[in-house]
Amino acid sequence: MRLFTHNMLSSNIKGVANGFPLRIEVEQVLEKQVDFNPDFLKNLFPKLEWKALVDAARTMGYAELPEEADSLMLESEEFLRKFHHALLELHLEEGALVCPETGRKFPVNKGIPNMLLHEDEVPDLACNQVLCPTICERYGKVD
Amino acid sequence: MPPKTAQIRLVSSHREVYEPCDDSFALVDALLADRTNIVDHCPRLCLEVGCGSGYVIASLALMLGQEVPGVYYIATDINPHAVSVTRETLDAHGVDAELICMDIASGLEKRLAGMVDVMVVNPPYVPTPDDEVGREGIASAWAGGENGRSVIDRILPVADRLLSDEGWLYMVTLTTNDPSQICLLMRKKGYASRIVVQRSTDEESLHIIKFWRDSDIQLDTKEIITTTKSVSARVMDSLSSQFPQLPFWRSSNSNCL
Ligand SMILES: C[S@@+](CC[C@H](N)C(=O)[O-])C[C@H]1O[C@@H](n2cnc3c(N)ncnc32)[C@H](O)[C@@H]1O
Repeated sequence: MRLFTHNMLSSNIKGVANGFPLRIEVEQVLEKQVDFNPDFLKNLFPKLEWKALVDAARTMGYAELPEEADSLMLESEEFLRKFHHALLELHLEEGALVCPETGRKFPVNKGIPNMLLHEDEVPDLACNQVLCPTICERYGKVD
Repeated sequence: MPPKTAQIRLVSSHREVYEPCDDSFALVDALLADRTNIVDHCPRLCLEVGCGSGYVIASLALMLGQEVPGVYYIATDINPHAVSVTRETLDAHGVDAELICMDIASGLEKRLAGMVDVMVVNPPYVPTPDDEVGREGIASAWAGGENGRSVIDRILPVADRLLSDEGWLYMVTLTTNDPSQICLLMRKKGYASRIVVQRSTDEESLHIIKFWRDSDIQLDTKEIITTTKSVSARVMDSLSSQFPQLPFWRSSNSNCL
């Protein structure tokens, strides 16, 4: 699991308000080289929670990212290279993701997080108003 | 040289994981048929929900390949064996994707909203009793509940949430799923749709439908609210011409109710 994925994941256990960012427990980190693509980084930058990325990278043993970042820094190749490395080249291969609110652990094996919930953790929305309000409403109208 | 897709002999397998089948091939054929459009579209993020063996996501990564570099691929499946098999399939083809075992895209919905440029889904679509849906193992590969719609109907709002303004969804449906009604539902959310591939076997007729946001439709939707009939009638005309062989309007008793 790359740190971009980590930045997009949250815990959605029943009752959890925010569920982000998931805390990382590291057993094994891998580094895999990826082609440098500044446009991709510039495009994603506004969507990221920077602090979550900095903390995650540090947990994975990479402490080169600045504590704070703004879009002006995207002009600097040096910054972009570090950003690229943290976001796309570090992989959590073995370990766990921990829900910040409940402490529930989601295992990560062979780089794959298992985010499946137990039955009693699933929010009450299997197919009700919250998950598909529009569809329910539409079905109500269709006849 | 024709664009590459995944090779069956390199697709990994497991007894609990859905093997590439007619529906998988039809979906990949649809992606191939639309490939130049996808390339021109320069997607940054592609998501497959229900990746199974990995045949589809590997094919997508291969066919976009060098022409669209730096695409971020994510694939999910509710079956832990499936994501492992997908990893092996991707490795065997020398391509990469982020894999997550989850229900549809449940842990991604908040933060990934509006970021997915291409979403592909070959959902479990076979009509079954509702209590067979989402069981462990291979049954979850096909069990679709009433009219085969129970997982599809949960995926549609997720797609709407995750797709970027320019995002495209490619989804496999069966005639029994009432694809024209799916298109109408999506139309009410502001999506246009088109059948990219249609294939009939003895038992089933598969449609691979592409959905995209169409700003004209959003205007239409407002119109529906104010002027009622005329626009919905138009929508129904255009949909029924796309699905000529279907009994167009089947009243739906969804699991949602
Ligand atoms: C028809 S198979 C398609 C597999 C593969 N994409 C292909 O085309 O060959 C459907 C897949 O969706 C998965 N699936 C079923 N329900 C799901 C859910 N709620 N969330 C994620 N994946 C699901 C199944 O495990 C299965 O791998």
